Amino acid sequence: MKNIRRIPIVLLGLVLWAASFPAAADWQLNLTEGVTEISREVYDMHMFVLWICVAIGVIVFGAMAYSIFYHRKSKGVTPATFHESTTAELIWTIIPFLILVAMAIPAAKTLIVMEDTSDADITIKVTGHQWKWEYEYLESGIRFISNLHADSREAATLGSGIDPSSVENYLLEVDKPVVLPVGKKVRILLTASDVIHAWWLPAIAVKKDAIPGFINEMWTKIDEVGIYRGQCAELCGRDHGFMPIVVDARSESDYNDWVTAELAAAEAAASSADREWEMDELMERGEGVYATYCVACHQGNGEGIPGIFPSLVGTPMALEDIEGHVDIVLNGKEGTAMQAFANQLNDADLAAVITYERNAWGNDTGDVIQPSTIRSMKVQ
Amino acid sequence: MNAQATDLYHDDHDHHGPPPGLWRWVVTTNHKDIGTLYLWFSLIMFFIGGAMALVIRTELFQPGLQVVDPHFFNQMTTLHALVMIFGVVMPAFVGLANWMLPMMVGAPDMALPRMNNWSFWILPFGFGLMLSTLFMEGGGPSAGWTLYPPLSLQTGDALPFLIFSIHLLGVSSIMGAINIIATIMNLRAPGMTFMKMPLFVWTWFITAYLLIAVMPVLAGAVTMMLTDKYFGTSFFNAAGGGDPVMFQHIFWFFGHPEVYILILPSFGLVSEIIPTFSRKKLFGYSSMVYATASIAFLSFIVWAHHMFTVGMPLAGELFFMFTTMLIAVPTGVKVFNWVSTMWKGAMTFETPMLFALGFVIMFTIGGFSGLMLAMTPIDFQYHDTYFVVAHFHYVLVPGAIFGIIAGVYYWLPKWTGNYYDETLGKVHFWLSTIFVNILFFPMHFVGLAGMPRRIPDYSVQFTDFNQIATIGAFGFGFAQILFLVLIVKCIRGGEKATDQVWEGAEGLEWTVASPPPYHTFSPQPIVK
Repeated sequence: MKNIRRIPIVLLGLVLWAASFPAAADWQLNLTEGVTEISREVYDMHMFVLWICVAIGVIVFGAMAYSIFYHRKSKGVTPATFHESTTAELIWTIIPFLILVAMAIPAAKTLIVMEDTSDADITIKVTGHQWKWEYEYLESGIRFISNLHADSREAATLGSGIDPSSVENYLLEVDKPVVLPVGKKVRILLTASDVIHAWWLPAIAVKKDAIPGFINEMWTKIDEVGIYRGQCAELCGRDHGFMPIVVDARSESDYNDWVTAELAAAEAAASSADREWEMDELMERGEGVYATYCVACHQGNGEGIPGIFPSLVGTPMALEDIEGHVDIVLNGKEGTAMQAFANQLNDADLAAVITYERNAWGNDTGDVIQPSTIRSMKVQ
Repeated sequence: MNAQATDLYHDDHDHHGPPPGLWRWVVTTNHKDIGTLYLWFSLIMFFIGGAMALVIRTELFQPGLQVVDPHFFNQMTTLHALVMIFGVVMPAFVGLANWMLPMMVGAPDMALPRMNNWSFWILPFGFGLMLSTLFMEGGGPSAGWTLYPPLSLQTGDALPFLIFSIHLLGVSSIMGAINIIATIMNLRAPGMTFMKMPLFVWTWFITAYLLIAVMPVLAGAVTMMLTDKYFGTSFFNAAGGGDPVMFQHIFWFFGHPEVYILILPSFGLVSEIIPTFSRKKLFGYSSMVYATASIAFLSFIVWAHHMFTVGMPLAGELFFMFTTMLIAVPTGVKVFNWVSTMWKGAMTFETPMLFALGFVIMFTIGGFSGLMLAMTPIDFQYHDTYFVVAHFHYVLVPGAIFGIIAGVYYWLPKWTGNYYDETLGKVHFWLSTIFVNILFFPMHFVGLAGMPRRIPDYSVQFTDFNQIATIGAFGFGFAQILFLVLIVKCIRGGEKATDQVWEGAEGLEWTVASPPPYHTFSPQPIVK
């Protein structure tokens, strides 16, 4: 028996040892208070319910502990014979019920406010794709896709050997964050193109599913300038853990400057698709697009994962059937993770990535696909 | 039955024991044999499902991907859940029911013995189908055990295997449930009125109705998925006029009663064990029965609390929040009654009692987080995070599983005729309890701090708590080997158990020999 008594001490030591690991952790224990009125209300309610639970726990576990220490056979007690009391049953039915009512009323009030998306100042549409987010500003028409940052992508490859703590904001950084103004009511429309995703930003206490074929809505009004990070919260396939959400909340004037700059950049990109592109140019651009949009399934070596994600190396489609190749990239393949990229990528990116796939990994077809070809095929 | 007829019957039975050899286990219609088969099956699956959990925890020991590809990780989370729910907890309950229900109500056997054999032998084939997908090209199912379409429709060849496996498991469960209801309704000993039945019998009676009500619903949902995938229907495809959210509603209409199927029999076990070792009758027997029935009723009208973020209308969110919070009332009644049973008793702390006490405390912790999750506005923060993972593991591992383990310790001397090694049992309890908390408690923290569930890799601020959880997982996993050793040791010998086994035990099962003869209670005893 002596050895048994020592077990808890050994275990405690083990935990302390584990706790001393040198990691870049901040030991956050609790919910974030967030940066909106709603998120602070949610935090307060969370603490309120937590303390109610603690109080009930102290009473119940206290009674149990008292019983365990004093009502044990080794103390020579004779067991009592009572085994029924309608009064007691009524008391511990009614009192918990009243506590629940006290919890439900503020919860219902907050919920009603959270679901009121009327009178928004700006509206953005968020579309979940496997595995990235697309943002569209309905008023200004700005539209872009936000991918996991390349540094995280590289480190998060099986056997990469890169220490994640050396990557800034590992898995919580994107190539292009969504920019929102502070102090404005932003309505967020949510949908998805393939499977169900969920858009979650803890700092604004907002989480909702993005469902293909349906549009959900929610709203927020951010109080403080800053960068806020979140993740997809609904299992959406292989790279569910690799589609972060980053919101860059800016002052109204900074936000307006950003809108102007974005619109100008979009115009410049559209005109570049009109000219003839060189093979080298397309290959270089294509490699970048591939590494962002295609690599998760088809893998860095183009060989995919047998049985789930097909190989692109030496297949009839990659070597011969140009039209079929362009078609599947533009329109996707139903019932699989292969999605339609026609609206996700611009013509230059599409041309580049198809050219890359037809010439990389020893495919060497020499085919050069021009952005203008893509444009004409889109029209068909 | 008159005395003469009884004698005839009796002679007939005494002359045939079990047939010799392994064939006995294939053809057996004896409730004790079938109970044993169920329990061994469940224990084997416990180690298989546990090994999958350790793969998950190993990958999550550090940020970055070190061990498995995310696709395989998703297969592990999916199959871990399916194995633990359908392969461990449910068969263990049915095994305990098979062994004990006839003995507790004074019946000679289950009411439908041949069907009983069939309902067990479907299980290994069902799981054979399910686990064989791991060796297929493309691997096993990876869309989570909740199988939400459209993601689950991206599954390859594993999908039809999984669906047929779920059908088989459902058929097995429904047959088991029918058998239990038939036994309780028809084979109770004279004088064993409903309100005299032991609470384990009551909770199983109610659970069996839940099973019959909801297993067909799951079967319907997965069949619609099958036709969506292979026969061109669009039940869950918005582009064809269907609705992916409809699947979630149907699934959770099954799923929420299912989680009570996974806990109610454990409530019953604990309600047997605590009075025995407190040497005091169960406090509030009738309110315990009513509370169980209320929980079962409520389980049908709370399902959408699993889908608060799906974008329901406000009225729906409020309705499901209120009904969900209401569950705390009957659940609270049960906990208060257990504590009152201990109050002023004369307690001893043999291993079954330790596991039962662990159950009450840790199940209550899981109940508290459940109450927090019930509140819709704050659930938006908790939903699909590790806080949820912590919650349901608290109610299922130190809840359902501890209840089962307590039940096994409680009746092991009755089954084998030998007392188990009490010291080893206590070591098993303390290691399990300490490690299960090291494993699951830190998950509350990472969940609140923002770590989503079902991710194979995480951002570095979650590292420390994940490392602690992984250490807890290995500790808990390896502690269960002690359980296996203890059971084998107990079967092979040990101090001979009396018929009564435990000083404070009451009930018909303690009136027969330890181990009980192959056929008990013919003729039936008379309960006064």
